[in-house]
Amino acid sequence: MRTLSIREALNEALAEELQRDESVFLMGEEVGYYDGAYKVSRDLLKRFGERRIVDTPISENGFAGVGVGAALIGLRPIIEFMTFNFSLIGIDQVINAAAKMRYMSAGQYKLPIVFRGPGGSVHQLAAQHSQSLESFFVHVPGLIVIMPSTPADAKGLLKSAVRNDNPVVFIESEAMYSVKGEVPDDPDYLIDIGTARIRQSGSDVTLFCWSKTVPTCLSAAEQLSSHGISAEVIDLRTLRPLDEEVITTSVMKTNRAVVVQEAWPQASVGSFIAQRINETLFDYLDAPVLVLSGLDIPYPYAKNLEQLMAPNVDSVVKAVERLM
Amino acid sequence: MNGLTLLQLYRNMLLIRRFEEAAEKAYTERKIGGFLHLYIGQEAVGTGVIAKLESHDHVISAYRSHAHYLLRGGTAREGMAELLGKQTGCSGGRGGSMHFFAADKNFHGGHGIVGAHVPVATGLAFATKYRGEDAVTVCFLGDGAVSIGPFHEGLCLAALWKLPVLFVVENNLYAMGTPLSRTLVTEDASIRALGYPMARATVEGTDVVECYNSAAQAIDYVRSESQPFLLEFKTYRYKGHSMADPAKYRTKEELNTWKQRDPINIAQVRVRSNFPELTAKLSDIEQSVDDEILDAVKFAEESPEPPLEEVGYYTYV
Repeated sequence: MRTLSIREALNEALAEELQRDESVFLMGEEVGYYDGAYKVSRDLLKRFGERRIVDTPISENGFAGVGVGAALIGLRPIIEFMTFNFSLIGIDQVINAAAKMRYMSAGQYKLPIVFRGPGGSVHQLAAQHSQSLESFFVHVPGLIVIMPSTPADAKGLLKSAVRNDNPVVFIESEAMYSVKGEVPDDPDYLIDIGTARIRQSGSDVTLFCWSKTVPTCLSAAEQLSSHGISAEVIDLRTLRPLDEEVITTSVMKTNRAVVVQEAWPQASVGSFIAQRINETLFDYLDAPVLVLSGLDIPYPYAKNLEQLMAPNVDSVVKAVERLM
Repeated sequence: MNGLTLLQLYRNMLLIRRFEEAAEKAYTERKIGGFLHLYIGQEAVGTGVIAKLESHDHVISAYRSHAHYLLRGGTAREGMAELLGKQTGCSGGRGGSMHFFAADKNFHGGHGIVGAHVPVATGLAFATKYRGEDAVTVCFLGDGAVSIGPFHEGLCLAALWKLPVLFVVENNLYAMGTPLSRTLVTEDASIRALGYPMARATVEGTDVVECYNSAAQAIDYVRSESQPFLLEFKTYRYKGHSMADPAKYRTKEELNTWKQRDPINIAQVRVRSNFPELTAKLSDIEQSVDDEILDAVKFAEESPEPPLEEVGYYTYV
């Protein structure tokens, strides 16, 4: 085990998969000579050359489509969106092409492609560069959607994503690239897609979270325990497919659930999880399922306003206390 | 071109024409749902171009793709079954008219978002070059596609990376129901290639021999130079944009003028005048095409619908 940042863990995952499989290549804006806008692809051009690490013009639809075409006939593209805010330019290729081609052709194709890059908010980037857009992708059958929260998960899940034969949307938290943690050395360290991880066991309430809200929920759980409330924290890691088994088992144990997300509330991943729990576990609930979301407005620039946007430790603690 | 090649091209065009006429009939009988965009009138283009390809080359098309599928070796049986929504269809009844696929013949659809398949074509060419194969990718698109962003991005990347892809614009003078004069500032769509820059040509698209020869030059260039090429054919569709379109925006005179240059008639005349000894073969071909289409319709009608329990198959690997 070594201690790596999420950025380093992702870089290592990319390097190992590029090394392992000649059909894997990385493509996107500034992934090569610039070493990646967020340095996730640092040194990869040096190691693997221009054929495998491909800088593109600013043309998200174009290079996302190139990835789809290459995947159709057997390559395994990793397409970097410099941020997921820009994925909206290329989202047609993700939704109308990548997610559909296998189905529309009755299984004549596999689509082993990963669309990855940073998402969420950080450092006052304002409304067009601070968005949690996972529900756009989670909405679509044919896609897998992953949002890791630790270096080990980032590495193991990205490697699994690259080896998966379905299109995967892999959203990294822009704010968490420097977060450090232990990462196994094994070059075949893989994490099963679709498995949640219980970050902390508890008996009174379950906090469901992913990406940036995981550390928020862990801190909230710590505070709650000092108030005598035992919270279970479940990092969902994969948002499509959801680990319904872990969700069910936990809610049956704790009888209370709060979903904590940075994204907007309407038609969100959180609202879907709450609906599933209400539908299938109603008899086990001692309180309504709560969903804590970002404020239902575009991200503001001013620091004091920005700080109001996402659920924080305090709002999670208060929500749980309201449920008890 | 020798007589036997010409006869083969004639047969291919006739098969497309009869396939689509049968589809039109089945559509009016409500056996086919969704949109049905017919290729009737444009047969010389796809036929001439695809005749110049090798089996390891790749072809991708838009929503008017029955012809390209048949020309790539897709069967009329599986095509018709797809239109009728049957399990035996070339896309298992999941795609319909706009989404014909024959991956084993390197025919990659059948795409319904106008112009969005252009970068995908660039990706096919990217993959072949990445692997060091000498394959050419041909991307068929309509004149309506040349104004959408992905078209430009696809061309830009193909030119930047010197990819072996031939973009074939089938300019039938209407983008859906809007005439070219209202959607393009130039008469020729191929002028769009200049900005990248990319080799280009605009040629007549009703004589299959001319189409074949123009395609031969372009494909040789693409293959030997590993460079993209934008080849535009001036052609015409006899029907509306889709079966839902009565095409009232154009005159009978215009339609009749184009029918004077019907690609199937032109090919017939060429056979009769250049290869009189083969004239008798024309009626044999007609008979065998009619038989093939009758058989395809019968096969499609008798085929089972997809089993209900398989509705979710193929969503994920």
